[in-house]
Amino acid sequence: MTEPQVDMAQADRRPGSSLKGALADLGRCQLLSLAALAVSGAGTLVVGALLLLPVGIGLLLLPPAAAALRRISDRYRDWAARWTATAISPPQPLPPRPTPHENTTGRHRQARALLGDNGFWHDLRWAWAEPWTGALLAAVPLALVEYGLFGAAVQPFVWRHLGDGNWYAFIPVDSTPAMLTALLLGLGFIAAGLKLAPATLRLHARWSRRLLAAPHTTELVRRIEHLAGSRADILDVQAAELRRIERDLHDGAQARLVALGMTLDEATRLLDRDPPAARALLHEVRATSQRALQDLRELVHGVLPPILADRGIGDAVRSLALDSHLDVHIETALPGRLPAPVESAGYFAVAELLANAAKHSGAPEVHIRLSHTDGALRATVTDAGRGGADPDGSGLQGVRRRLDPFDGTLVLHSPPGGPTTATLEIPCASSSPKTSSSSGTD
Amino acid sequence: MRVVLAEDLFLLRDGLTRTLQEHGFEVIAAVDNGPALLKTLLEEQPDVAVVDIRLPPTFTDEGLQAALEARRSRPALPVLVLSQYVDQLYAHELLAGGQGAIGYLLKDRITHTTQFVDAVRTVAAGGTVMDPQVIARLLARSDARGTTAQLTPRELDVLALMAEGRSNAAVAQTLFISESAVAKHTAAIFTKLRIEPSADDNRRVLAVLAYLKR
Repeated sequence: MTEPQVDMAQADRRPGSSLKGALADLGRCQLLSLAALAVSGAGTLVVGALLLLPVGIGLLLLPPAAAALRRISDRYRDWAARWTATAISPPQPLPPRPTPHENTTGRHRQARALLGDNGFWHDLRWAWAEPWTGALLAAVPLALVEYGLFGAAVQPFVWRHLGDGNWYAFIPVDSTPAMLTALLLGLGFIAAGLKLAPATLRLHARWSRRLLAAPHTTELVRRIEHLAGSRADILDVQAAELRRIERDLHDGAQARLVALGMTLDEATRLLDRDPPAARALLHEVRATSQRALQDLRELVHGVLPPILADRGIGDAVRSLALDSHLDVHIETALPGRLPAPVESAGYFAVAELLANAAKHSGAPEVHIRLSHTDGALRATVTDAGRGGADPDGSGLQGVRRRLDPFDGTLVLHSPPGGPTTATLEIPCASSSPKTSSSSGTD
Repeated sequence: MRVVLAEDLFLLRDGLTRTLQEHGFEVIAAVDNGPALLKTLLEEQPDVAVVDIRLPPTFTDEGLQAALEARRSRPALPVLVLSQYVDQLYAHELLAGGQGAIGYLLKDRITHTTQFVDAVRTVAAGGTVMDPQVIARLLARSDARGTTAQLTPRELDVLALMAEGRSNAAVAQTLFISESAVAKHTAAIFTKLRIEPSADDNRRVLAVLAYLKR
């Protein structure tokens, strides 16, 4: 399963970057430890419903209880993604709840489907584990901060009234110096708690992913569905492309060559009788042959630009830049040539992004960066234009379709007011170990 | 005038050889691959080379690479490059040295025999010839940027022909105007585009291209 695309603006908001962030994370820990009550409540409800199955009431009770548990676990998946950018793949949706009109056999069927559902049992397992493990984990920074507050903010005022039995941590607080030590110790606990909160959240998210992520088989099923879908798309696109080429040849170059033959024939017949007319026809022949060549050239360029075939994606994009009326700055760090289909997909995607920038951004210059890192071709197209690009526009949809067969991704970051950054990645190995790195401005 | 020819398609190679011979050129070698071309260029010291960009063994830009390589050891070796398509990047690479004696034409232009032979002669004489398609795209681009907006349509016509390497006389003939009118337009273009006027045809084209590719 490909990792879901995390919006860049969200990924930037990682926790723990500041005191404010740490406080927010502490609040989240608090939320987690409270939410554990809801989790164990829903878990108990589900177990109750399971126990009541033999007497029939369970049939009525199980679907809503399972749905409630699923709502809570979905909330946890959402939190993990929002707070720590940890993507947890959701399980398949629960079997549909029985409609009020359905009879008992219908309910039996629903319940059986539910009992056979992997995701349901995952949720239930998690509902039992979370209060003991996740909630306790989240409580650690909370406890540190709360105990620290008791030491730093409460001890100074109460130690005189508490007498001999008053200990704070390992210090018997019965004198001013001891009180001050407790105060410092308390501040230390608070600091440690705050420091720990972001890490705890991340740990909790990882733990949740382990329990809540869809089972491997579900992921595989999804992957297969995705592959089948994208394969169907590719076949469609390919068939359409072949039809287009066939039509272009048929209506373009082929028709012109036929006309050419006819005109030549006519000119041959006129050669003796009317030389000036024959000459005129021969001029026509030349013009037609040139148009036929032009047609073929455009067709070839649409299938595979010759410079891409000759030189690869780096120089092909550079050539693209020379034709653009924008100032295009190009930086490449590519290890020689990449597999031809990857180069082609990358080239046409970059061409589309550049055309988009020229059409909509209003920016005078564009920066393009091509690199091959971590086994993927990565292209970034940045403009300082007005932003607000529609990620579902037909152009960008076309780019996504191009990248789909390669498991490629396109991430668009285009807040209103700009700047716009489009980053595409196509997983691939490079076919040559030679590294060529260069940069240029055109 | 001694010519080296590089073209991998037999029919075209044969046709080109005949065309050039008919116009008084001496075709001293007609090769069909990149390595042979480079070897011949370095050994034979021709007056001009007519080279197809795509040649064996790689069938990529072997011909262009051989020509550029030969010009590194013999700067300003006149080379006229032919191709099924013209690419701005290749035009830039050919012009990069700034020595001139470069031509870059679509293969279609061979059918205009006189223009093709003129181009070979211009390049052999140290001039620069760019395919009208290169020029049209440069003009379209600078048009979109507003850099040629200040020129009149007539001046644009003159600029385009000038950039193709035509002399004032040829421009005048093509546009059916007098040579002095061409000179006047040329002066106006140089003033408007702030290019230093120069008597040298070759530098004139280079100046135009340098301006257009900004």
